[in-house]
Amino acid sequence: MKRLLVLGAGTAGTMAVNKLRPLLPGDEWQITVVDSKPEHHYQPGYLFIPFGTYQPAEVVKPSAPLLTDGVELLIGDVDVVEAADSLVRLTDGTELPYDQLIIATGTHPRRDQTEGLDSDEYGRTIHDFYTLEGATALAGVLADWPGGRLVMNIAEMPIKCPVAPLEFMFLADSFFTDRGMRDKVELVYVTPLDGAFTKPVAAKHLGTMLATRDIALETDFMVMEVDGDARKIVSYDEREVPYDLLVTVPVNMGADFVERSGLGDELNHVEVDKFTFLSDDHDNIFALGDAANLPTSKAGSVAHFAVDVFIDNFMQHIAGRPMTHRFDGHANCFIESGAGKGLLIDFNYDVEPLPGKYPLPGIGPFSLLKETEANHWGKLMFKWTYWNMLLPGRDLPLPADMTMAGKIREEVPA
Amino acid sequence: MSTTTIANREVHVNDEGFMTEYDEWSEELAPHLAAAIGIAELTDDHWKAIRFLREDFVDQQETATLRRVTKVGGIPTKQLFTLFPKKPAKKMAYVAGLPKPRGCV
Repeated sequence: MKRLLVLGAGTAGTMAVNKLRPLLPGDEWQITVVDSKPEHHYQPGYLFIPFGTYQPAEVVKPSAPLLTDGVELLIGDVDVVEAADSLVRLTDGTELPYDQLIIATGTHPRRDQTEGLDSDEYGRTIHDFYTLEGATALAGVLADWPGGRLVMNIAEMPIKCPVAPLEFMFLADSFFTDRGMRDKVELVYVTPLDGAFTKPVAAKHLGTMLATRDIALETDFMVMEVDGDARKIVSYDEREVPYDLLVTVPVNMGADFVERSGLGDELNHVEVDKFTFLSDDHDNIFALGDAANLPTSKAGSVAHFAVDVFIDNFMQHIAGRPMTHRFDGHANCFIESGAGKGLLIDFNYDVEPLPGKYPLPGIGPFSLLKETEANHWGKLMFKWTYWNMLLPGRDLPLPADMTMAGKIREEVPA
Repeated sequence: MSTTTIANREVHVNDEGFMTEYDEWSEELAPHLAAAIGIAELTDDHWKAIRFLREDFVDQQETATLRRVTKVGGIPTKQLFTLFPKKPAKKMAYVAGLPKPRGCV
């Protein structure tokens, strides 16, 4: 009996095993998934918790029922991957030999990477919304916050769901407006990037959206330390931004065992081929989803399109044939813009987000890089789609490869 | 893609002025590139960063991020901001004749 071992029962790991189980004969392949916790979180839902739109319980389900029959789930922490021996060791001493290994342990916010972030003020004047605990604590604070200066700071790129901090600001503007206290709140967006977003056309559109909402933008800000007592963040080039309430997106890093196993880059993201996700150094190790060091957004949509491409490649690979499918870096993200509207962006390794219609050229129903109500409903509907279509591995009527059909080229003056 | 002349040498650059051909760069060009972005003198510390970037690129086929220069190259981030003010990642790559680091996706 051969074993496919999957580390991580998140979006990528769950989708992969649910799609592979029917393809791998039960009398030939055992599939084992290891995760550190028995629950699966709908991470896109974290964004809505601080504003009371979602309750914490809505974004959590037990992992086991999400895995198809014939997949074994082990709860435990990975100590190390001993790639030379095709063996994974858990911290409790369990040894798991494998024939093929998929690392899908994601990327996670690390407050310990920024001086002063892991302080007593965390949960009081310093918050994050990339964890369920952080988002829940922030909801408690925002519910009766009297107003003041709210600063969003992104510590370092890449982060998962790179549009989420912008969405947070748009939703905050809407939230405080609805409560009749927008005039008591100053909103400041502080980023290490040189604009509101990573790619020029989207950065221009999103930058304009910040400006029209009176959200200040501080760019090229690499945070060196958070001074929780003086309530300010300080950059390496000695700029200071004061706050009353800091919402931070800490440095995102892959799992520590990736570093211990010698498989990662300087952020513990697994070094893999960006077209096939096969490890650079080991012929039976793949990394899927946020855990991989792909030069595209870290997002569930990327994991979804990537898994579609991966499945066919994996079947070829274990049959000893060359992998013929190449992932194009396709990402597709809804962006909440507040007041019941949203945007959608669609891009890949080579093509930046452009305006247009999606998925049907000229028809939509979704509009790219444009605020519409349909996009907002698309985002809210996605929670259902995630649990009921995506994770079980059902096919969505969306091609894995990005298409230029429906997109409009746009020039941004340099 | 176009060409420009730096120190009497014709080199290929992109629309932001970053050199695009690894082998067209040599150490004589670095002071001229540095001067173009307001760095008057390249000290030993500058060179340590530049040489790390050049060597790392051969290995990785992409420009090191700030974190990589700090973690793998052993140069503290704070010092990089002093050596290449405001935008060290971009400025180092520019002087070393390498593409702008990605990291922004």
